[in-house]
Amino acid sequence: MDLLLVVVVLGVVVFVIAGPLRPGRAREEDLALEAERAELEAAKEAKYREIRDADLDHRTGKLSDADWRAQDRALRAEAVELLRRLDRLP
Amino acid sequence: MRLAGQACLIIALGCAIYGMLASLYGARSGRREWVASGRRAVYAMAGSTAVAFVILEAAFERSDFGFALVASHSSTTTPTFFRLTAMWSSQEGSLLLWLLLLGTWSSIILFATRAKLRMLAPYATAILMGFGTFFASLLVFAESPFGASPVKPAEGVGLEPLLRDPLMMIHPPMLYSGYTLFTIPFAFAAAALITRRVDAEWIRSTRPFTLGAWALLGFGIVLGARWSYHELGWGGYWAWDPVENASLMPWLTGTAFLHSVMIQERRGMLKIWNVSLVLATGVLAVLGTFLVRSGILNSIHAFGASTLGVPFLLLIGGMIALSIYLVVTRAPILRSEHRLDALLSREAIFLLNNLVLVGLAFVVFWGTFFPLISEAVTGTQSSVGPPWFDKYIVPLALILVLLTGIGPVIAWRRASAAGLRKHLLVPAVAGAVVVGAVLALGVRGSTTALILFGLAGFVAAVVAQEFAQGLRARRAVASEAIPVALVSLVRRNRRRYGGYLVHLGVMVLFVGVAGSSSFQNIHDSRLSPGQSARVGSYTFTYVKPTSQLHAASNGRLERISFGAVLRVQRDGKPAQLITTTKDYFPSQDPSLGPVSRFFEGEATSEVGLKQGIGRDIWSAINPDTSRMRAKIEQGDKVFEKAGDQLTPEQANAFLAEALRGLTAGYTDNPPPATFRFLISPLVTWIWVGAFVILFGALIAIWPSPRGMARAVSAIYAARVGREVRVPV
Repeated sequence: MDLLLVVVVLGVVVFVIAGPLRPGRAREEDLALEAERAELEAAKEAKYREIRDADLDHRTGKLSDADWRAQDRALRAEAVELLRRLDRLP
Repeated sequence: MRLAGQACLIIALGCAIYGMLASLYGARSGRREWVASGRRAVYAMAGSTAVAFVILEAAFERSDFGFALVASHSSTTTPTFFRLTAMWSSQEGSLLLWLLLLGTWSSIILFATRAKLRMLAPYATAILMGFGTFFASLLVFAESPFGASPVKPAEGVGLEPLLRDPLMMIHPPMLYSGYTLFTIPFAFAAAALITRRVDAEWIRSTRPFTLGAWALLGFGIVLGARWSYHELGWGGYWAWDPVENASLMPWLTGTAFLHSVMIQERRGMLKIWNVSLVLATGVLAVLGTFLVRSGILNSIHAFGASTLGVPFLLLIGGMIALSIYLVVTRAPILRSEHRLDALLSREAIFLLNNLVLVGLAFVVFWGTFFPLISEAVTGTQSSVGPPWFDKYIVPLALILVLLTGIGPVIAWRRASAAGLRKHLLVPAVAGAVVVGAVLALGVRGSTTALILFGLAGFVAAVVAQEFAQGLRARRAVASEAIPVALVSLVRRNRRRYGGYLVHLGVMVLFVGVAGSSSFQNIHDSRLSPGQSARVGSYTFTYVKPTSQLHAASNGRLERISFGAVLRVQRDGKPAQLITTTKDYFPSQDPSLGPVSRFFEGEATSEVGLKQGIGRDIWSAINPDTSRMRAKIEQGDKVFEKAGDQLTPEQANAFLAEALRGLTAGYTDNPPPATFRFLISPLVTWIWVGAFVILFGALIAIWPSPRGMARAVSAIYAARVGREVRVPV
């Protein structure tokens, strides 16, 4: 029983680990480009969240109209810059 | 099945080593198939560890005493729940639990990020598998849970009496979940530094794990405190014990990280600070495990003093060296992208909050390791006690509470003084009203507690105000009924409002701590039946003694208990009866006589406790068994004379008779007993606060529905998109 269990566990482990190494699975990818895109996407989402939080701060009265307008303008400019950088990626 | 279990651990070790090497090779060579194979090795390690875990659990469940670990930590009379959780009362079992949790969390994060973070993930995998290799090696080469009993005993030793408590069996998995989860952000932070990808993406991907680590570790700490309160018989819940402190340190630095990382996400600032914090938190999490397991410092919680000190020190030294090397060599790319816009901003408050939290962690660290430091310097080990900790912790905690109130009402980037005044007015008035009400109730004697109550009122009002303003804003745009608007508001801003609930829970917990530590009334008395002791406005009367011999279902004599029924009365109010006992478990020392064993083994307190929202009434008995000494020795002599003439059944029956004689003698002619009585105000709020914190953390962790997140992003993308066409 012990031996059977060990053989089964070992078999499953080898099957799982060796899966990606079987022929025909490898793909060429430009990792640096992918990472750059992911980084900008993350920054973009964070910027949208920042705009939304500023919105909520304004609606709840934490930011005055003038402060919110200035901050919102700056945040949107930063978001636009991120979108442009994303567009420039091949 | 012992061999199968051991083989599964060896397979897990092989997977960990392979996963580490394959990931590194894949990352260096750019061959993605090796990276994928390395990631799958993590799943395989988790799977084979789970099989080993199940084999050991099954052995505990069926009381297979061929397993040395089962024989030394369980017995046939141990209830099923404790049999299933007895594993982690042992060193070997807790290391196995560590490895299982590490494998599980690592598998989840690596599966979730399999299509993301592709530059970082192989290095993070290698680091996580480095931890896996370490713990699997300990299990395979030093502390195997699958060792065989030299001679299979008919009965096991049983679970450590102090641990026969449901909370204590849940507490270690909670703590270990916190510790192992903190290795995830550690590994990804180190990987981000290695690959020089120090943007916010790894922070975003690992945030649920960091928050989960923080919440589970915090909840585990409170469970431990609760166990101490009702099981250890001294009346407290926190003693600044090294093992308690070891769990608090990563929680404090983790709290600091969760706040300061928001600044990095938004502004690209504090990158060095954040990676240093998260790396330190990972090191402190392993240090916590080390302190419990090494026995290097005296602790009531260090159940497994062992020889694991050196390997753990090597691991911790390696983690510190790697962290310092990475932070120093990557300093140029960790420069802030922006500067602080204004001192009156949420960023500035978060910075202050971070300094206070790190200050708290440093105080705890210094106090915990002072015995080792003093020994190194003077040659004598001396320790610092609660007054030393209180001297530094209390003022820092008060500042932290104040910042907890100011943080939510102050805007990001730049806030106006007028706006801040407007938003702080109502909470400040609420805080003042609380102080006035407390004084009007006649509460005196602790300025610190009074300040804390005021600050707690201030923070609670801030949270209420935030919810009210958010609701108003939500209803202005959506015209929803209040309950619907509340749910919508929280669902759309989980981090914000989950965080506010956490703040509220922390305040509730602090109120409980302040009330119970500043105004508790503690009294030790030696009483005979019929006598009373006055504790504050309460009178405790020793009504009658109790005693009992407990036998398990198979007739095995399990423990003997002596206790008391007490009547508690407050001026003019109906009396309440409470019962407290002390349980004596037999020692396993064969040199002791059969009767003596019951008085020389472990003893646990079953406290008499009446819990209330205003105060707890707590009592513990310490019976005087010295009068029984002559009878105990006489009983031992009888058994000695009988020698081997008695069958085991006869010996058990005679022993039961002798012990029944002792218990009957105790109740018929009770000696005076020593009692500890405690009136502890507001202590219940500590446990309530912990649940509020956990609830808030769950809200913050819970992922937003994908559709909602996309819709929100789309709205802001459209707003920003309009501007792309117009040069800014």
